[in-house]
Parts: sequence; structure tokens; C-alpha cells
Amino acid sequence: MNTTKRLPTGPLLGLAGILGFLLTWELIPRLGVVNPRFLPPASEVLGVFFSNLGLGAFWTAVLDTMTGWFLGLLIATAAAIVLGLVIGSSDFLRKATNSTIEFLRPIPSVALIPLAVLLFGLRLESTLLLVIYASFWQVLIQVLYGVADVDPVASNTAKSFGLGPLARIRYVVWPTTLPYLMTGIRLAAAVALILAITASLIIGSPGLGKEIANAQSGGAISQMYALVLTTGVLGILINMGMRFVERRTLSWHSSVRGEVVV
Amino acid sequence: MNTLKKAGYLVALPALLIFIWWISTLGSTNFFVPKPGMLVDKLVTVWTGERLVEDVLPSLTRLIIGILLAIVLGTGLGILVGTTRWLRNLLEPVLEFFRAIPPPVLIPVLMLLIGVNDQMKIAVIVSGCIWPVLLNTIEGVRAVDGVLSDSARTFRISGVARLRYLVLPSASPQIMAGVRQCLSIGLILMVISEMFASSEGLGFTIVQFQRSFAIPEMWSGIVVLGLIGVAMSFMFQWAERRILGWYHGLREVEHAE
Repeated sequence: MNTTKRLPTGPLLGLAGILGFLLTWELIPRLGVVNPRFLPPASEVLGVFFSNLGLGAFWTAVLDTMTGWFLGLLIATAAAIVLGLVIGSSDFLRKATNSTIEFLRPIPSVALIPLAVLLFGLRLESTLLLVIYASFWQVLIQVLYGVADVDPVASNTAKSFGLGPLARIRYVVWPTTLPYLMTGIRLAAAVALILAITASLIIGSPGLGKEIANAQSGGAISQMYALVLTTGVLGILINMGMRFVERRTLSWHSSVRGEVVV
Repeated sequence: MNTLKKAGYLVALPALLIFIWWISTLGSTNFFVPKPGMLVDKLVTVWTGERLVEDVLPSLTRLIIGILLAIVLGTGLGILVGTTRWLRNLLEPVLEFFRAIPPPVLIPVLMLLIGVNDQMKIAVIVSGCIWPVLLNTIEGVRAVDGVLSDSARTFRISGVARLRYLVLPSASPQIMAGVRQCLSIGLILMVISEMFASSEGLGFTIVQFQRSFAIPEMWSGIVVLGLIGVAMSFMFQWAERRILGWYHGLREVEHAE
């Protein structure tokens, strides 16, 4: 997002938008448009949200969710980089795997939920399976694009200078692929969070999703809204963190890349 | 010869994988991994007939209604917000926050507000799918080429004509990128809304099979979901080629120069 280009009134209006939204939320249950039992006013939910921050159980849930998110993303990324480099650097493999990849990729990862439950039960591994499956394809596709984008002149030059396959990957392929890889990881990070929370919501593996389901079935409605709010905050933090990492990793990248459509 | 080669590349690896699967389950009695023949058999017996009408079709109907609503609402609101500067500044942070919320957590919320019925499931799909379309439309509308926009103004093209011939075409690549995301989120939400709260539908049936340890039936359900995902992805690619053909052509020409 190009915040720098915005008019100086932009952030102020944005703040007004947030306040307006909170005010509307506050008024809807207070005026009785919606039963406050089903939609507690904003002030009440925010109160629960902030008092959660002092609770150990809340942080355990956040930590569980983030562990599933991080480990899953890490494993998926590592596997996707290795496979992507291998498949991408051979024309034969690229053609031979194309149909399989295009077939496996659109399979919704939530279809694996029953399988995860059978294999791992209610443990963290269930979450991991779903997170890995969902984020793997995002990264793999980007790595494949990246490897395909290697400048043939650079690649041939490196060959003429006698660089071996590993050195070529390190000095020619890797720098070209890195921007694509970072885009892939950023997209995968968002998907991984969705799956980490979904898995825990549906399966009941430890994490924020399980807490949300518990709060809902236990009638702790303000708590439920506060936790939903928490997941949104996590989403924003992860997105911001990923953009920061991307800028740091690619600070050397001379070409100013156009923002890839998310 | 060339087409033969292409076909070979297309089927070789899948055929090999299925062959390995067939060989490795030949003598096994593993409870969790069904044999290929058995899976195909279950796929036909379980998912045709009554289940197709009672579970699969209602699920797909909800999915299609939800996605269409999300696309229409998303582009409509997106054009409105994208063309009005103050509205965009006002709403952007709130919208970004809503997009950041993982859509499945809205299921318990909507369950509470609407109850457990078809409207709730459609609302879940809409509330998850609308954000990528909405935010991409806003971005796309905002990024209309300045020269084109000025030319249109000079020729006094405004209102509906401006929308039809300038704003929508130039935003369409972005909108389609949003729609692509919206489709996969929609499918996920369709399944989850049925797994979480339902007594019929694809998601519910698959979980039911898993709970009763009907493993081959469960696998066949996973395959059905996969097939739906693949079919949606192909339909999208076809539609994108139809709608954005001019754009890809333009890009090719620009790259060739």
C-alpha cells in the first residue's frame, strides 16, 4: 500500500472511519436493533479483548496458533524451495509435473480435515498438515515462476565461465528467484494463518479457533467477539511483518518491482 | 507427434503415481489407505443418486449463490468506494481489518446472528469472499490510467458510458485476480460451514464418514471436493481467457517490443 502518496488528510479520515465503525457497532445493540446477547456493544468486547491480554490461557492459545502457523510455513517453504529449484531447472521435469501440480493445487486443504483427524487426532500435527498443504503450493508456484524468469544470457554466461550446477543455483538462479519467493511466502503466510485457525476451530486442536468455538458454545459471547478481533489483529501483524521482511531481504534488489497483485 | 508428446507429458506422471499406489496397496490390508479400484467404486456408488441430489447439489447451489453475490456486491461497492476519494480514505483501514480476519471464524458469529440455516451458510461464503473482490476492485478503479481518464473527460464521456468503457475494462485484470481468490475461499467456506454446523451437505457427509470410520467413503468425499476445486479452477481459467483475452494480448505485444 502506498501510504506515502496519500493526502495528509488520508490517515485522519481513516481514523475517523475506524471510530465511526466502532460507534456504529456500539449503537446497534444499545438501540436494540440487534439483541445485545448476540452482538455485545463494542466497548464491552474491547474491554474483554484488553483484559484477555493479561491472561495466561489467552497467550497459550495464541502461542499454539502461532506455533502451527510458523512451523507449517517453515516446512512448506523449505520443501517448496527444494522441489521448485529441482523441477524448475529441468525442462523435462517442468513439463512432466505440470498436470499433476495443476490438479493438486486447487484441492481445498480443508478437504484433508477428516484425514488429519484420523491420522493425528486433536493434536497440533493436525493443524500442521493443513497449514503445510495450503501454503506449499503458494510458494512452489512462485519459485517455479522465479526459476523460469532467469535471464538465459546470464545463465549461459555462468555456464561458459565454468560455474557448476550448485554455483549456478547460488549466483544466478537464487537471486532471480528470491523476489518471487518472498511474494510466495507472503501469500502463504496469510493462507497459513487462515488454516491454522480453521483447523483449530473445526478439529478442536489447541489454538485460538478452539477457544472461539468454546466461547460460542459456552455462551461467552463477548469473549467470542474479542477472540475474533484477536485473529484480525494477528492477520494484520503477520501481513505487516511479512512486508517488512520482504523489504529487508530485497533491499539490494535494484529494479523497483511493481507490486504483485495479491 | 507433437500432440502425442504433449499428451504423454500430461498423463505420464499421474499414471505413474496411480500405478505406484496400486502396486503398494496390492497385498496390503491397511485400514486407512483404500485401493484405487475400491475408491473409484465408492466414488460412483456413494456420490451418485440420492447423495448427489441431497448433499452435493445443495452445497454447490449455496456456493454459487454465495460467490455470485460476493462478486456483484464486491465490484459494486468497490467501484463506489474506488471512485470516491474521501470514502476510500474513510473506509480503507476498516476494510483492511475485515480482510485480515480469517473468514472461517465468522462462522460462529453468523451462526449466532442468523441461526443454523441456508442463509447463514450463504452469508458465511459472501462474508469471506467479498474482501478480495472488493479490495482488488478498489485498487483497480483507483489505478485507472490518467491519460485515458483525462481523454474520457475531454470527450465528455461520463456516467454509465464512462463506467462501461473506461473504469470496468481497466479494472478488470485486478477484479479477476480478486475473483480467483474468492473462488478458492468460497469452496473452503462451503465445506467448513457444513462441517461446523449442518445436518446435510458435502462437508457434513465427509465428516460423518470419518466419524463412523467409513474410510474409503471418506476418501471418495475428499476426491469429490478435489474434483470440484479442479473444475472451478478450469472454469475460471476459461472465463478469464474470454474476459481478459484482450489484456493478455496487449501484454504480449508490450513484451515483444
